[in-house]
Amino acid sequence: MSVLRPLDKQPGLNTATILLVGTEDALLQQLADSMLKEDCASELKVHLARSLPLPSNVNRPRIDLIVFVVNLHSKYSLRNVEESLRHVDTTFFLGKVGFLITGAGREGHCSIHRNTVVRLARTYRSPLLFCDLEVEGFRATVAQRLVRMLQICAGHVPGVSALNLLSLLRSSENPALEDV
Amino acid sequence: MDETLAEFIKRTILKIPMTEMMTVLKAWDFLSEKQLQTVNFRQRKESLVHDLVLLCEEKCASVHDAALLDIIYTQFHRHQKVWDVFQMSKEPGEDIDLFDMEQFKSSFVKILRRALKNVTVSFRDAEENSVWIRIAWGTQYRKPNQYKPVYVVYYSQTPYVFTSSCQLKSNIPLLGQNFETHNTTVPLQERTLELDIHMDSRIIHENRIEKERVQRVTQETFGDYPQPRLEFAQYKLETKFKSDFNGDILAERKEPLRCLIKFSSPHLLEALKALAPAGIADAPLSPLLTCIPNKGMNYFKIRDK
Repeated sequence: MSVLRPLDKQPGLNTATILLVGTEDALLQQLADSMLKEDCASELKVHLARSLPLPSNVNRPRIDLIVFVVNLHSKYSLRNVEESLRHVDTTFFLGKVGFLITGAGREGHCSIHRNTVVRLARTYRSPLLFCDLEVEGFRATVAQRLVRMLQICAGHVPGVSALNLLSLLRSSENPALEDV
Repeated sequence: MDETLAEFIKRTILKIPMTEMMTVLKAWDFLSEKQLQTVNFRQRKESLVHDLVLLCEEKCASVHDAALLDIIYTQFHRHQKVWDVFQMSKEPGEDIDLFDMEQFKSSFVKILRRALKNVTVSFRDAEENSVWIRIAWGTQYRKPNQYKPVYVVYYSQTPYVFTSSCQLKSNIPLLGQNFETHNTTVPLQERTLELDIHMDSRIIHENRIEKERVQRVTQETFGDYPQPRLEFAQYKLETKFKSDFNGDILAERKEPLRCLIKFSSPHLLEALKALAPAGIADAPLSPLLTCIPNKGMNYFKIRDK
């Protein structure tokens, strides 16, 4: 099936798998490394993909969280994410999808407006994180957040589900930005 | 030796990095071994240069000797200059003349002198049948400015001429090319796929096959050797506006839109080569970009067919 579904596989024992989708492989690789440096009780797995759909003949674990990475410097990266989103089942968007935006720090290089990605995240009802992945300190911080999110999405944090987390994150948003 | 000449020699020697000093002076071959031995090369650079200039005065260095030193310095630091390449074309029916270097040099000087008396022309033969020509321009009433010379490098067995300053824009500029002599003894660089560096088994690349395809296509397009150094490419578009939307105002225009696109980079071709592997563009790249080395052009005019 070319559409990713959140619950079409059995979970692995104590395993949490994140799928990072983005065109700039070097950035994804660095983020993956930063995430794996975190101390975590769960066994982490990071899958990197340039775009969706994923190759179909591969045996892969259940994906607990998908993070789409967009670089504000590259319209190509945004277009790639927009096309990839079509291959994700709607049930994934109940807290198991996030958007990570990089490149906001260097405004002169941005060819995508901030509002475009804000609207994208709002359309898909998913959390939006900004982080300049090229800066090690910022990358380490966002890696930490992603690991916590991943653990929740994999069900490894008792009492908190992906949907809980999603509503927690949404209620902290400025109410004026909610549904137009 | 007059003051201006002494000053010029002093400033030229000062430019030379200490690590290259001996090599350059030996290549210059103006100061003898004996004279060089009398100088302390371990002292501070200003004092060293001062001593060297005194030796040049003793030996009555001329403008031409100083110009030769300047050529040698520039040959060592050719990468610091921006070069234009011109391709000479033959008129149909012309025979290939046998090239005589000395005759070339003397007619070159004659032609220049006819145009302008105040000009310093110096020659130095170099590798692969090439000659470096240094031209310092003056005006009708002023002596040549030795600090802003033009360099012309001519490879006699080829139709190519490299110049270092383009005050006179010619009609057929070619690549602004850094002319590394492409040595066939340079070994093929080890190409390591970045995938190999990160062997953490917890990271899985879903699109490995695609990545390998991109690397392969990039290698087929650009090859394994370093790209020629090019600093910009310019595309003049005179095409009609094409749009997916019907009823677009711009698409109704009968006249072509005129637009100029300029790419500039410290190393444009290497940047283009890196685009697809970095995930910034699809592979293969547009042939408009990849044809630059093949066509030997970096100015393009694009019109509708």
